[in-house]
Amino acid sequence: MEYVNPEGLRLDGRRPMEMRQLRAEIGVVSRADGSAAFEMGNTKVIAAVYGPREVQNRSQQMNDQALVRCEYSMANFSTGDRRRKTKGDRRSTEISLVIRQTMEACILTHLMPRSQIDIYVQVLQADGGTRSACINAATLALADAGIPMRDLVTSCSAGYLNSTPLLDLNYLEDSAGGADVTVGILPKMDKVTLLQMDAKLPMDIFENVMQLAVEGCKAVESYIREILLENAKMLEIRRGA
Amino acid sequence: MRGIQLSFSNTQKLRLEKALAQLESISSKVNSNATVIVADTIPVDEDAALKGHGTLEMGKNVIATVCGVVERVNKLVYVRSLRARYKPEIGDIIVGRVIEVAPKRWRLEINFSQDAVLMLSSMNLPDGIQRRRTAVDELNMRSIFVESDVICAEVRGFQHDGSLHLQARSQKYGKLERGKLLKIPPYLVKRRKQHFHHLDQYGVDLIFGCNGFIWVGEHVDVKDAMVEDQVNKPDPQNTNSASLLGSSEEPTYTPLETRQYICRIANAITVFSALSFMVNLEAVIETVTLSLSLNLGVHEMLEAEFHVQVAEQEAERRCTSSRRK
Repeated sequence: MEYVNPEGLRLDGRRPMEMRQLRAEIGVVSRADGSAAFEMGNTKVIAAVYGPREVQNRSQQMNDQALVRCEYSMANFSTGDRRRKTKGDRRSTEISLVIRQTMEACILTHLMPRSQIDIYVQVLQADGGTRSACINAATLALADAGIPMRDLVTSCSAGYLNSTPLLDLNYLEDSAGGADVTVGILPKMDKVTLLQMDAKLPMDIFENVMQLAVEGCKAVESYIREILLENAKMLEIRRGA
Repeated sequence: MRGIQLSFSNTQKLRLEKALAQLESISSKVNSNATVIVADTIPVDEDAALKGHGTLEMGKNVIATVCGVVERVNKLVYVRSLRARYKPEIGDIIVGRVIEVAPKRWRLEINFSQDAVLMLSSMNLPDGIQRRRTAVDELNMRSIFVESDVICAEVRGFQHDGSLHLQARSQKYGKLERGKLLKIPPYLVKRRKQHFHHLDQYGVDLIFGCNGFIWVGEHVDVKDAMVEDQVNKPDPQNTNSASLLGSSEEPTYTPLETRQYICRIANAITVFSALSFMVNLEAVIETVTLSLSLNLGVHEMLEAEFHVQVAEQEAERRCTSSRRK
């Protein structure tokens, strides 16, 4: 199948190095300590953060740092074919773990000993790149909850189809069988916290694809910063002196 | 907007936007670009500065770790966070809910990263006598507070094991009854000299807990412990039974009018926190007066129109106060 047509356009009309439209909203869950919705094109996820709060399971309590937990789930209506998904299936357990590790790398857990932070992410609409969208939503939600962090984690995916590196794959491109590289970075510190790839790529091409994904992450970062700053200013203005 | 699921009509939307724009223009005169977000670099003088909460040293730069406003006090640089859980300070007056009765202590939920502890020994006994707590007292703990009671107390400090301890060594602290508990973000409550308020005209008590828990309840007269002690000293046995009788009888109930005022004040605070305006006594009273003068029913205060009116009133209030300066 042709994923990039001769004019250099992809199936959804984007250029190879073009991202889908981003949209973010803070404070979508009223009872949570922090929450955010994040959209990348048709992929739409919602994240809620509870905590730091008392550890529910005493045996998991740590005396020098906070416990971070994460739960990833997909809504039944999120995909094309509506199917009942069991909560603890392999895919969601794995993604929960990935998100947890990524977020743990940026949260200053030692500042909140003997407590736990719960991150719940749910996919409302899946169109490729749910992993990245979930990480971006979780970052926003954590920042909204006022949890101290080293840096904002942002994530983006890139792939390689028709011998062209493509940024931010959608579902069709994702399921084409080519390589899919998901990258998560700490933009300010210039560090990689997440790197996943299915399928194989030659070394030199991989470097190009990863570079593209990192650039995507930086674009996401600038958007997230804009949203956060706007939100912080709004809160401060309304609070008044 | 957080917590508001209202449908504004077009004119209401415009009015709200106008009021908020007015607020923005007032505050932009006062503070400059001090708002930071996570990982923003904070400009500081060369290593002369002390780094406080919400900052992190990274190489040569100082960066923010939370979203908030940079505050500078002499050499200290810190970030005052906006939406976050409560950070206790010694002496804070807080309102909390009992979640567990444990040996010699109660555990309280106070919107902190862990549960607070109120020891039996750090509160006055109901009979007001100073003495060592015995095993009998320990068995009778449920006669003082049980699970899901709402309590007002003071932050005593952190124990060496890192747990947060409270104390309630005065008649003004203790169980809160016949009222309503509201939970708002703690950054909307300012630490002040006075957190207990008695609104005489409504017969209502109002407690602004520093942890963002606000109590609105029927007014109770604080009995002076010392006076009571002197009167009752001759026969402590008798007073015990008398107080028990008094609590079991309780023929009085909160009059309808007071209950309505409680709900009115509670709704005023709900509207304020929905608009994320700072909650203080003057603002609450003004809002209640506004709702009364408009002849609004208690439930109508939670409608879109009243939110807009409160926003407009707040804009006007801040306008006049800034002009006075």
